[in-house]
Amino acid sequence: MRYMLALSIMVLLAACGGSDAPSNAGEEPGLTGAVRMDGSSTVFPISEAVAEEYLAEAPGVRVTVGVSGTGGGFKKFLNQEIDINAASRPIKESEFDKSVAAGIRFIELPVAFDGISVVVNPENTWVDQLTTDELQRIWQPDSVVTTWKDVRAEWPDEKIRLYGPGTDSGTFDYFTGVINGKEQASRADFTASEDDNVLIQGISGDRYALGYFGFAYFLENQDKLRAVAIDGGQGPILPTPITINDGSYAPLSRPIYIYLNVASLDKPQVADFVRFYLESAGSLAEEVGYITLPEASYAGARARVAARTSGSSYQGEPRLPKLTASSE
Amino acid sequence: MAELSAKKTRWNEWVLEKLFFFCAFVSVITTAAVIFILLEETLTFFETVPVLEFLTGTRWTPLLEPKHYGILPLVAGTMLIVIGAAIVALPIGVASAIFLSEYASHRARSIIKPILEILAGIPTVVYGYFALTFITPGLRVILPDTQIFNAASAAIVVGIMVLPMVASLCDDALRAVPASLRHGGYSLGATSFEVTTRIVVPAGLSGIFAAFVLAVSRAIGETMAVTLAAGATPNLTANPLESIQTMTAYIVQVSLGDTPSGSLTYQTLFAVASVLFVSTLMLNILGTWVMRKFREVYE
Repeated sequence: MRYMLALSIMVLLAACGGSDAPSNAGEEPGLTGAVRMDGSSTVFPISEAVAEEYLAEAPGVRVTVGVSGTGGGFKKFLNQEIDINAASRPIKESEFDKSVAAGIRFIELPVAFDGISVVVNPENTWVDQLTTDELQRIWQPDSVVTTWKDVRAEWPDEKIRLYGPGTDSGTFDYFTGVINGKEQASRADFTASEDDNVLIQGISGDRYALGYFGFAYFLENQDKLRAVAIDGGQGPILPTPITINDGSYAPLSRPIYIYLNVASLDKPQVADFVRFYLESAGSLAEEVGYITLPEASYAGARARVAARTSGSSYQGEPRLPKLTASSE
Repeated sequence: MAELSAKKTRWNEWVLEKLFFFCAFVSVITTAAVIFILLEETLTFFETVPVLEFLTGTRWTPLLEPKHYGILPLVAGTMLIVIGAAIVALPIGVASAIFLSEYASHRARSIIKPILEILAGIPTVVYGYFALTFITPGLRVILPDTQIFNAASAAIVVGIMVLPMVASLCDDALRAVPASLRHGGYSLGATSFEVTTRIVVPAGLSGIFAAFVLAVSRAIGETMAVTLAAGATPNLTANPLESIQTMTAYIVQVSLGDTPSGSLTYQTLFAVASVLFVSTLMLNILGTWVMRKFREVYE
């Protein structure tokens, strides 16, 4: 009995220790510690790839990447629960004000381009392009569009089944902001999911479906889906790495960001991870299906980190592009 | 010496009695705390949104612009799940109970009953994924109109989840019917089927009804399975093949998101939770009343 007691106490003590114990970190600096990242599901594929590569370089550092959505990530970021927030939209006014109130200085770093792709089922033979006006008519809050025929008279008289990211998604915020003119303004009767794979499953199985999500997910599923060319006033453009990069796929091209807490830079493992991120984001972004920024952007980002230039480039500036052919 | 030990015993007794009372009282305290928290935020919510609009409105969009606060779509979603689950669980549950209590051999009973308990032990989140990955594709083969998130898969799975409870309770209710009633039936020349359906089941009706009420209460409060399989689209519809959102799924959606505490959207959490609480409470009261009404007391 006493033997069992002693044994269990020993086991308990052994389990209690060692959470921050430095593990064999190989050669030189032997960096240890944790880097906490959270935020957008759109940026997640890149962050995940970077974290995997970084593990090979600094195995002593524990990088955790969460997927709470852009908004959920900002909430944690402003609570100082995480070091880096991945965002698929720029920081909101309200979030910026909260950062000022909490005394948190952040650095805004673009890491890649994404083009929100509007997709349909491959058996959809009638849609080749949609104007931003038509997109607005379909997706606006009190939309009267229920069938494809309501959009254009020559299209079939069948009900449109809509799919889109959920309300916590930065993609949702950005799309509604740009197409409907107001963030989070959207009709309510669409199938919403933060998990883009569910949307893919839904659209690929439904002939009359229409949905939107990040380009990387479309690229991975090109055999099951078809992208629609979007006419933002300059003619219909299909989302491709080139059109997203040079900005012609408008207005649905957007940079995606990571937001870094300046105070976290004091931790050597965070500073090293950010350096690695900015160096490898270019090549890794392409690998996972996003579009690399021009090298100058990455150089500028690295300079900003070195100088600890805080703040958002969107302070006081309009955060979302205006539609060129919009009939508000 | 005897006096001293008697005093000590009385003191021990007193302490133990108070201790047991306190343990029992914990449940009362917890319920009171829950009611208090719900009430506080719900009343604040109703300062902004009129009660009538909340209870009779047909659009629920507190997370989208422009915001509407009519809870009927969520109630309709919950009802679809509950009715569907009842259709699955109640007939099969009662039939299983009849088999287990009236027809099954001792050996058959000893195999089937534990397996039923296993069904009850499967985590609800696993049921949710089972619905999403197995039942929904199956439904889409039979009925191609089925959407990827739909009420029917969730209802089927909730029914399966609730089945062991119904079967177990009905089994107990039927076994509680005195053997003398059965024997009386047999001695009058009735068949097994006649004895079961005309004598035993009517006699055990109050217990069967208790099982129904418990099953429905469980189905109303089911969260994980419906969040995963039924969807996040508040939709006032009677079509089970469409994507809907239940009250419980809405609470999950808002809690996991980035709603600032104290905002109106945050208060909708409590308002919806209050509706859930009140409906389960009313159901329990109804159940107790009906049970008392139909109870047959045997000497």
